[in-house]
Amino acid sequence: MKLPIRVLLTAAVASATLVACAGKTKPVAPATDTTTQTDTRSTTQDNGGKYKVGDLDTDSCLRQRVVYFDFDQTNIKSQFQAAISCHASYLRQFPGARVSLEGNADERGTREYNLGLGERRGNSVSSALGAAGASASQLNVVSYGEERPVCKEHGEDCWQKNRRVEIVYTSKQ
Amino acid sequence: MMISARAAAMRLALGILVLLVCPLAGAQGLKSEVPEITIVRGTETAYPIAVVPFAFDGASVPPETDVADVVRSDLNRCGQFRSLPKNDIIEFPTRGEDIKFATWNLLKQAYIVVGREVQAGNGEIRVEFELYDVAKQQRLQGLAISGQPSDLRGVAHQIADLIYEKITGVRGAFWTRIAYVTSKGSGQSMAYALMVADSDGFSPQTVVSSRQPLMSPAWSPDGRKLAYVSFERGNSSIYIQEIATGSREVVSANKGINGAPAFSPDGSRLALALSNGINPDIYVMDLGSRHLTQITKHFAIDTEPVWTPDGQNIMFTSDRGGKAQLYQAPAGGGDATRATFAGESNMKGSISYDGKKVAMAQGNGNVYRIAVLDRATGEAKPISPGSLDESPSFAPNASMILYAASEGSRGVLYAVSADGRVRQRLVLADGDVREPAWSPYRQRGQ
Repeated sequence: MKLPIRVLLTAAVASATLVACAGKTKPVAPATDTTTQTDTRSTTQDNGGKYKVGDLDTDSCLRQRVVYFDFDQTNIKSQFQAAISCHASYLRQFPGARVSLEGNADERGTREYNLGLGERRGNSVSSALGAAGASASQLNVVSYGEERPVCKEHGEDCWQKNRRVEIVYTSKQ
Repeated sequence: MMISARAAAMRLALGILVLLVCPLAGAQGLKSEVPEITIVRGTETAYPIAVVPFAFDGASVPPETDVADVVRSDLNRCGQFRSLPKNDIIEFPTRGEDIKFATWNLLKQAYIVVGREVQAGNGEIRVEFELYDVAKQQRLQGLAISGQPSDLRGVAHQIADLIYEKITGVRGAFWTRIAYVTSKGSGQSMAYALMVADSDGFSPQTVVSSRQPLMSPAWSPDGRKLAYVSFERGNSSIYIQEIATGSREVVSANKGINGAPAFSPDGSRLALALSNGINPDIYVMDLGSRHLTQITKHFAIDTEPVWTPDGQNIMFTSDRGGKAQLYQAPAGGGDATRATFAGESNMKGSISYDGKKVAMAQGNGNVYRIAVLDRATGEAKPISPGSLDESPSFAPNASMILYAASEGSRGVLYAVSADGRVRQRLVLADGDVREPAWSPYRQRGQ
């Protein structure tokens, strides 16, 4: 908890100083930032997952925020286990972080039934995050059923994109 | 348009699949309203009826609404009548004594309706009409209904109801309303609306609109209120709203799913699906005390409760057997029994007023069609072509069923006669239209 805040402060002070000092030295600023980030991350990865808040936007694992499902299924496929672990690890590290797990279904079946199916999928992701160490108070499941499709064509190509749980951070730290 | 309608009528006599396009005009706030009637099978058993254009007997400009046109298309879309196309009408009697029965006999009409509109007090128009049996040359009915010029469509629907009842012996349901949900846009810029319109899709009005999903409208038995699901609080919640005033209240906003509201036949209770964050079960809420009774307790998805007309039982969708099927349980709580067996899945039942039939969405593979289950025989007959048909809703007299279908990437509504013979597509809005709910019978002043 303390480390990332300090890092952030340092980065903020550094960039503030740089901005205050001279606008012409812009290329230097990212260089400084990158160094700090790289340092932190290499330490982190060796230690089994120490993240900074900014990693939500940059870390390739944490940037995976969608878990896809098979038709009428709620089990999490193996290819999404890595992303689940990363998010669980982040949530463990930032007890103040909160996620909303938005469950969705494809258009087959009725709307209210799909509301139930979306919740099952959301609960499935919630359990997996909990089992990996996230606390229940950090996890909130909302089912949208088939009401929020990302794709509106009729066919498996489209349906597979809609059978999903979106991990939405409502609080990052 | 009229030529194709006449050609269609000729082909209809041959019992061939025909397409009749009826242009309707005069709706307010509708851009692309061209409801179509698709006759999917010959209707040999439908009663041929001639509705002669009504005369306007007044000093001012005749009203915009053509009452006879509205009556004609009402009778056509229910499947039990085949009205003579307007262009095939060659004589224009407006009173019983002017009817030359030989002409209408020659045109093979079983019934004829004549009428006239006269100016009444308070700016109202009184529409007088007479119904005759052509073969017997006998007057069956002679009545008058008054209304403001702006409500002449409503007057016409009431006339169609009276004619329907006189001939079939069953109360007509044309003067009713439908509720439905529309959506536009995609992703983060979706806009949803809950709408109410006349049963033929005219005169739409917005009940509530939201940037968050709206779902599952359900009518109160007096037709004055709608219960529905809204996500405007960030999660599903159930609201009950008075249509005329817009006043509303949240009746359920628990953790997890708050879905599938359904008023009991006496309006005192609300069946609903609540998950409490785990899995949806069926509950009954006493609307006076807000006390909840849990009806089902199962790890399956139990949802879409509907009441049997006697208020004693609740039918619902459950996937407790693997695939979703319909089950029934006592409304006071008790064991559930399975009600549907044919078809891979059967969901979202709508029960006819007499409890004898259940319309439902039946799934086989990726094809979903509306099927009607005869509860006495257990036989289920598909009445829609698919492939993504859902949300059936019986008219209060069970003569027709509304349902939602997919066309391209949009949803549209269809009204189909209970025997599946006559199907009408209702184009009600741009974007997606779904989840139709047919209102109860209407009371005057509503």
